[in-house]
Amino acid sequence: MNANFKSWPVIAILSLVSLPLLIMFVFQIVDTFTNPYPGSIWPQMFTIEHWRFLWEEPATGRSSIWAVTWNTFVFASTTAVAVTSISLTAAYALSRLNFPARRFFLAGLIVLHAFPTITLIIAIFLILQFLGLYNSLMGVILVKAALELPFGIWIMKGFYDTVPWEIEMAGVQDGASRFTVWWKLVLPQVQPGLAALLIFSFLSGWSEFVLPLVLAPGNDAQVLSTYLSALILDDAKPDFNLFKSVGLFYAIPVIVIYLVFQKKLMNIYGGGSKG
Amino acid sequence: MQLRLENFTKKFDNLTVIDQLNLTVESGEMMALLGPSGCGKSTTLFTICGIHRMNGGTLHFGDRDVSNLPSQQRNVGVVFQNYALYPHMNIRDNIAFPLRVQKLDNATIAKKVAEIAELVHIPELLDRKPAQLSGGQQQRVALARALVRKPDVLLLDEPLANLDAKLRLEMRSEIRRIQLETGITAILVTHDQVEAMSMCDRIALMKGGKIVQLSEPDQMYNDPVDTFVAGFLGNPPISFLDAQVNADVFQVGPSQITIADSLRAKVNGAVKLGIRPEYFGPQFGTGITGKISFVETQGREDLYNVTLPDGSVLRSIQAAGPRLKLGDSVNWGISHDHALAFTPDGARI
Repeated sequence: MNANFKSWPVIAILSLVSLPLLIMFVFQIVDTFTNPYPGSIWPQMFTIEHWRFLWEEPATGRSSIWAVTWNTFVFASTTAVAVTSISLTAAYALSRLNFPARRFFLAGLIVLHAFPTITLIIAIFLILQFLGLYNSLMGVILVKAALELPFGIWIMKGFYDTVPWEIEMAGVQDGASRFTVWWKLVLPQVQPGLAALLIFSFLSGWSEFVLPLVLAPGNDAQVLSTYLSALILDDAKPDFNLFKSVGLFYAIPVIVIYLVFQKKLMNIYGGGSKG
Repeated sequence: MQLRLENFTKKFDNLTVIDQLNLTVESGEMMALLGPSGCGKSTTLFTICGIHRMNGGTLHFGDRDVSNLPSQQRNVGVVFQNYALYPHMNIRDNIAFPLRVQKLDNATIAKKVAEIAELVHIPELLDRKPAQLSGGQQQRVALARALVRKPDVLLLDEPLANLDAKLRLEMRSEIRRIQLETGITAILVTHDQVEAMSMCDRIALMKGGKIVQLSEPDQMYNDPVDTFVAGFLGNPPISFLDAQVNADVFQVGPSQITIADSLRAKVNGAVKLGIRPEYFGPQFGTGITGKISFVETQGREDLYNVTLPDGSVLRSIQAAGPRLKLGDSVNWGISHDHALAFTPDGARI
């Protein structure tokens, strides 16, 4: 911190503003391990009964939390891999190759990037129904990946644009094919973008709610977000502490990934800004 | 290997940037493509290495017609202006890359890399990353990578432009030494006449997509075909005076310059005189009067601009001596044997 800029007032203001959030987070965690006396909000007894969903047999009509978690993981990681691999090749083409209608594709990307996807949901529903992919994890993965692609391609194009073209030309002069040049010389330069996009689209898949809710409402394809929503919609026996426990369970991977990879994620904002 | 470019035409969209250019570079020769920005020298270079396609004409390396071959099959080594080293590989892998592409075995690769590193004087740098090297060292690596697979032709695109002045001097002689030691046919693209003159066997001076003059450096300097060539070569540059032929002398305002014997029969009427700064000064007698309008001291030498009564300016470069001041009147002479005569529209007489 430099001399003519005191840090403590800023910290004080930020602390004050974030205090309500912080309190809520603390209660979220504390509540999952305790029970209050009736009528009180202060935690009294330590218990792990709210985490029983992890080891108990699920109630009839409910899926096991582990099956749901596995679904969420498959959904998020498959989406991430699909988005990243397609973005890598598509963005390279848009950045470097001169092909017909390139400008049209570029303009289309921006429009799609800014498009409110929820307005497409009925059309997507009909298409999936037609293809027989409605109510399957596969269908949601395809839709989610497709909707994430404009963002991914745009980000990766920004990274490719920063690679000097001389590096590619030097590779070609050295006798390498265009593919070898891309694989061995260009890809290592955009590796930070690749990592960031992979993580980012994984997190985006992990937290997706609307698509699975509408396109795969059945139990077989349930993911954590829809599981959580089903939990709170269950009017028969509301259990808020259970809801909080599942919520925390759902958020833990996100928090861990952010903590581990926050530097890599920042690359998206650093390197991807060039259009 | 001899390089032969015949009737080479290049168009970008509908704009013809190079029309019917012919250029032959002899085996083992170092040729400079010199010219101002936009003269087509880089376009020519990139066509030779295959980055640009030709719109007409042919290109031969020796007897091999490479006009329609892709870059990968041309066997050309290129050194780019920013060196284009592969930042994620260490120097050894950078130099080995062209050999790896050829799928040579590791022992051969190691041997060739060691040899070429020795040639360009970087054997101790092989385990570093490009970012850890200075500009001059990166330049040497780029040269090594371009030369390691024994290309038919070496192309250098403004190789010294990114170096500071002192390194530039050093790399000038280094590049020339490496070119002579390997005996490779080389083309140097540059806009710096000093580089072209000091490094190359011959210079092709280009303007507007055409080669204006192709000759050896000293010949191009002393015997330019027109005012453009005369003005492009030489630093400080040549000065031009408007003159009238008057019997045995060029009349420049009130001053007179004797016409050299070799010119006397060829000139009449209005001419343009080109006087290089080293041929104007007190050591050539008197006859030209004017006022000093600019002084630049360069240590060993002083550069003066002398404004003549009619407003035209002559430059003079002399060994540093008693310093003249701005506004001083001088009466100096011109070595009239070295005055170059041009027609008013610029062609050499």
